[in-house]
Order: sequence, then structure tokens, then C-alpha cells
Amino acid sequence: MSNINRRNFIKTSSALAAASAVPFPMINLRSAEAAGTVKVGILHSLTGTIAIAEKSVVDAEMLAIEEINKAGGVMGHRIEPVVEDGASDWPTFAEKARKLLERDRVAAVMGCYTSASRKAVLPVFEKLKGLLYYPTYYEGLEMSPNIMYTAQEATQSVIAAMDWLYKNKGKTFYMIGSDYIWPRTTIKIAKYTLKKLGGKLVGEGYYPLGHIEFSSEINKIKAAKPDVILNCVVGGSNVAFFKQLTASGITGDKQTILSLAVSEEEVSGIGADNTAGTMTCMGYFQSLKNPENQKFVKAFKAKYGQNRVTGDTLECGYNSVYLWKLAAEKAKSFDVEKVVAASSGLEIDAPEGKVRFHKSNHHLWKHARIGTFLPDGQVNMVYESPLIEPNPFPKL
Amino acid sequence: MTFDVLAMQAFTGLSIFTILMLMALGLAIVFGLMGVINMAHGELMAMGAYCSYGAARFFENFAPSMMDYYVFVGILLAFVVTSAFGFLLERGLIRFLYKRPLDTLLATWGLSLVLQQVYRQFISSKEVEVPTVSWLQGAWQPTDGIALPLSRIFIVVLAIVTAAAVYWLLFRTRWGLRIRAVTQNRAMAGAAGINTARVDAYTFALGCGLAGIAGSSFTMLASTGPTTGQHYIVDTFIVVVFGGVESLLGTISSAFIIGQMQSWFEFELSGSMARASILLLVIVVLFFRPNGLFATKVRR
Repeated sequence: MSNINRRNFIKTSSALAAASAVPFPMINLRSAEAAGTVKVGILHSLTGTIAIAEKSVVDAEMLAIEEINKAGGVMGHRIEPVVEDGASDWPTFAEKARKLLERDRVAAVMGCYTSASRKAVLPVFEKLKGLLYYPTYYEGLEMSPNIMYTAQEATQSVIAAMDWLYKNKGKTFYMIGSDYIWPRTTIKIAKYTLKKLGGKLVGEGYYPLGHIEFSSEINKIKAAKPDVILNCVVGGSNVAFFKQLTASGITGDKQTILSLAVSEEEVSGIGADNTAGTMTCMGYFQSLKNPENQKFVKAFKAKYGQNRVTGDTLECGYNSVYLWKLAAEKAKSFDVEKVVAASSGLEIDAPEGKVRFHKSNHHLWKHARIGTFLPDGQVNMVYESPLIEPNPFPKL
Repeated sequence: MTFDVLAMQAFTGLSIFTILMLMALGLAIVFGLMGVINMAHGELMAMGAYCSYGAARFFENFAPSMMDYYVFVGILLAFVVTSAFGFLLERGLIRFLYKRPLDTLLATWGLSLVLQQVYRQFISSKEVEVPTVSWLQGAWQPTDGIALPLSRIFIVVLAIVTAAAVYWLLFRTRWGLRIRAVTQNRAMAGAAGINTARVDAYTFALGCGLAGIAGSSFTMLASTGPTTGQHYIVDTFIVVVFGGVESLLGTISSAFIIGQMQSWFEFELSGSMARASILLLVIVVLFFRPNGLFATKVRR
């Protein structure tokens, strides 16, 4: 390149421009399935505040991809994961989603954890006709043609939990949550449900994400003397909330506390001493006894270490990859529209038991399960609902 | 409101006050003396928390019978490690930036991101569990209805002891005299034979060490993870700025005022509203007293 002069430069650059202008879309059109591989995007936060929760979801998804590749891939294509970091920042999520769809031409993306990040990528997926598998329990009220929701929506968690609590634990409720879309909407739904059941709300409080001072709230709870505390606090704040509850003498053996965002995974940070006796409502527990789950837990521990635990979101992430694989095989194509069409009514033997996609609304039929945390951080299941039909837009 | 709740609320106010004071002391000293805005203060507190975690793991594995006393070892270790880190930081980075306050802001902010990622990569991306020693679990119950958490009582005592020690150091020792001299007039202090560079390094180390103590003791109340520091840093800054950056007394009174506001606002309002109201009040006060509540009057 030593003899760059103007004439050469113009010649080569115009040739390059011409070359790139014409065949560019043709070169890239089928890159998602080139040479016996198919690209799948993994889009979670590996850095930042939410990385705490999302990193292990990536682990579970990578495990599923590894298993599928070992068993011969999808229709003979090896899955090639493309991992992107959303960095707990919603615009970054949108940008990386665009990159995965436009540059990598991935066949599907497993990704997002917070509702805020999902809302940020949703227009990108709809515009570029991508396919997102969203593995986190969320507040419902959404159904995008380009998103498959593989975890619980509100009717499968909070409403089921409220019904059970009202029947078994008491009539007066105190609700507390972090201050953003998921806890706000969830508590709103819980309040409607409570009103319909005839119970009474004796207090509610919202705290900024990451808040660590709950003693005033705990004094308020003490003054209100509720039968049940419904906890929608999310993330690191839960550690503070539970430690301070325990320190002031409110513990699971004396008071019903049900958390909607605490799974086995979070307990390792909160400390099993502090959660023992409190309750949780999820679709999956590591302690479920069925061969699929035992296989999953064993494989997860073998790959990532014996002290790791599985939990609801991990399992949904793991299922997502398999659900996509089955749908693609059923459709005999990686085409997004065909995969979505093939997903309707698709059933799989997941670690949480049989789940299947709803005929039309992109959500899964699921069990709601309620359990009590044991001193070792595992869950003792006390209630299992039959398969609940997903209803992302419930009549309240 | 019954008397029991009133009493517990009063204690909550006291507890938040001491927590804020403990958080802000280190930052106030560094800020006041050197004008360095240490954005990595929160991550140094997280470092202190991880020291506690390390001590807990060590005792659990090698001296389970002494487990009840690990908390003191944890606090001491946190002070030693963070102040040593602070010393190296001052010598290796901060001292080159004294004349460029905005650059120290950026450099320490960058450092905070680096530290967060170091914790995430080498310790755990998840929160770690730091057990509370058995004698600090539960609550002291003077009457049936009143329960005061022992861990908070411990932090109240620790904060008062720490503040007293800092006071003694600054106002009753020759070393403190030098620090105060440098704070008030760097050039004259240097002319009078004080090695200002050395004073800077030691003071910065002390400030960082105090952050370590705070972080280590807060493991009893809150989470220990890569982003733990971020939860503390905003409150810490509010306390220091509100109190006036060059006054230790200002920092303490500001911690008291904000602590009381926080406990009562949170009791009367929802948590997010309480926080917004406090910030609004702070803005109003700073509007009328831009240098904070207790700014030292100097001719500029």
C-alpha cells in the first residue's frame, strides 16, 4: 500500500463501492445458516446492575446450545451462539438487538430480563422481523408477533399466588416493591385481585431500585400488622430487606411473607438464614422431582460447578433454546414467520414438567407453584396449580 | 401512632444518621483537604465489604470456634486493606491530577468502573453472603412492642467511636494539626516546613480506610456485590455537599438532618416519594447556601 496516490485511490475505492453496492444483500442473506451452522443471538446484561440476575441465564442458554450441538444440532446445523452484552442499559439493548439482526442475521435471539429492556428491543424486533425468546416472568399486557414469552405472565404468578394466600393465609395484605414497571404493575394486579376476593390492603410502599434502608417501612409494617406481606422488591434491595426484616424480628416462621422475585438464585446472596420460612411463587424450583429436572440440574452443576443452583429464569432460558429448536424442526425452516406459526400448540418436556405454547398468544401454559424456603436455600413446594392458560390481557 | 412505633422510628432516625455519618466521614476528609472528588468512594466501601466476606470465609473454614469474633477482624482488615489501597492510589494516580479537579472526577469514576468489573470477574457477578455473627442477630426488646435490631445498635456504637477517633486524630494530634494546616492554606503550610505531599497521601489513605470500615459494617444491613458501592455513593455525596465540603461538623450535622428527614418521610410517604422530597429540600437549601450548611467563611 506504499503507492497510494489519488488516481489509485479513486479507482480502488470506486471499485469497492460498486462491489459492495450490488451483491451485499445477496452475500448476507443466508449467513444465519451458512456452512452447516445457524446463528443464535444471546442478548443479556453481562455487566452493570442486572448482570447479577442475567449472567446465569446466559449460562443456562449456553448449556442448552451445547447439548443440542452434541446431539447433532438443529436439522443438521450446528448452533453458533453470538453473545452480546446489553450492559444493564436499555438503549444498549436496542442497539445490540439491531446488530444481531442486521449484521449477524441471527435466526433467533434469547434475551432480556427486565421489562424495560424488553420494551426497548421490541420495536427493533418488530421492524427487522426478528424473533426474540423472552425467558423472564413479567407483568403481562404485551403480545408482540416477534416475541415468544417463555416464562409466567401475571395471571400465572401473582393472581394464582393471591388466590392461594387469601384462601390459606389471611385477609389483610401489605405490599412492597421496587419502583419500576414490573413491581408497580404486579402490585396493581394484586390489588385488583385482592379487592375481588374481598380482602383488605393495609399498606403499600415503593422504593427506588437498589435502595438499602427499609427500617421505616418495617416499622410501618409492624404498626399495620398485616396477615401477609407481598414482596415485589427486586435485586440487591432484597438482601437489605430480608436482613433488616430478620434483624427486627419479622421472620418466616411468625409472619407470612411471599416474594414474587426471589428464587433459589437470589437466596444465595440474601443468605438462606434470612429467607428460611418465607414463601415464593415461581413456575420452577430446583427441588422438583422429575427425571427431566434431575438431568437438567445435574448437567448444569457438572458444567458450572457443584455449588451453583438453578432457578426459574435459568430454566426458562434453557427451555427457550429447545422450544426454538423444536419449532424450527417442525417448520423445517429457520424463517421467523414459519417458526412462529409452528410454535402454536408446541409442547415440550421441560424440567418444570410439560409446558406448551398457547394456540395464538405466544405465551406458555404453565403451572404456578408456591413453596417455602428451607434453611439450605432450596424450596419445599406446598402448592402446585394445574396448567394455567396464559392470559396476558386479564380482565381485572 | 403508638408509643412503640414512635420509639422505633426515633431509633431508626438515629440509625440512619450514624450510617450516613460513617459513609460520609472518609469522603468529607478527602474532599475537604484535597478538593479531590473521589467517585470511587462507593467501590472502596464495597472493597471493605468484601474484606468482611473474606474474613467470614476464613474463619468459617479455619477457625469456626472463633466465628463470633470475625466481625472485628473483618472491620480491621477492611481498614488496613482499603487504606493501603488508598495510599497506593494517591501515590500512583491522584497526586498527578491535583491541579485538575475535573480530571480527578473522571479518573476516579473510571476507577470505580474498573473496580466493579474486577469484583465481578474475580469474586462473583452475584451478591455474596456475609453472615451476621450470632450475637448481633435479632433485636433488643426493652418492652414487648419495641424491637431494636442489634446490628443497628452495633453500627451506632461503631460510628460514634469512629467519629470520636477521627476527631481526636484531627484536633488532638500533631498529625491532625498538619492536616488542618494544609487544609486551610496549603502554600503557607508548605512554607512552614510541613511535607504536604506526605500529608496528602496519609490523609487520602485515612479517608479510604474509613470507607472500608463503613462498607465492612454495612454487610450486616445490605447486600455485598459488585454494584454495592453504587447504592451508597449518592447518599454519601448528598451528605457531604449538604453539610459544606470543608467542615467535619457540617458533615455530621448534615448526616443528622438527612437521617431524620429520611426516617420520617419514609414513614409518612412511600419510599420513592420520600427520596424525591429530600432531594428537593437539599436543592432548595443549596440554592440559598451554595457552599452547604456549614461552609467556612473565607475570602476568595
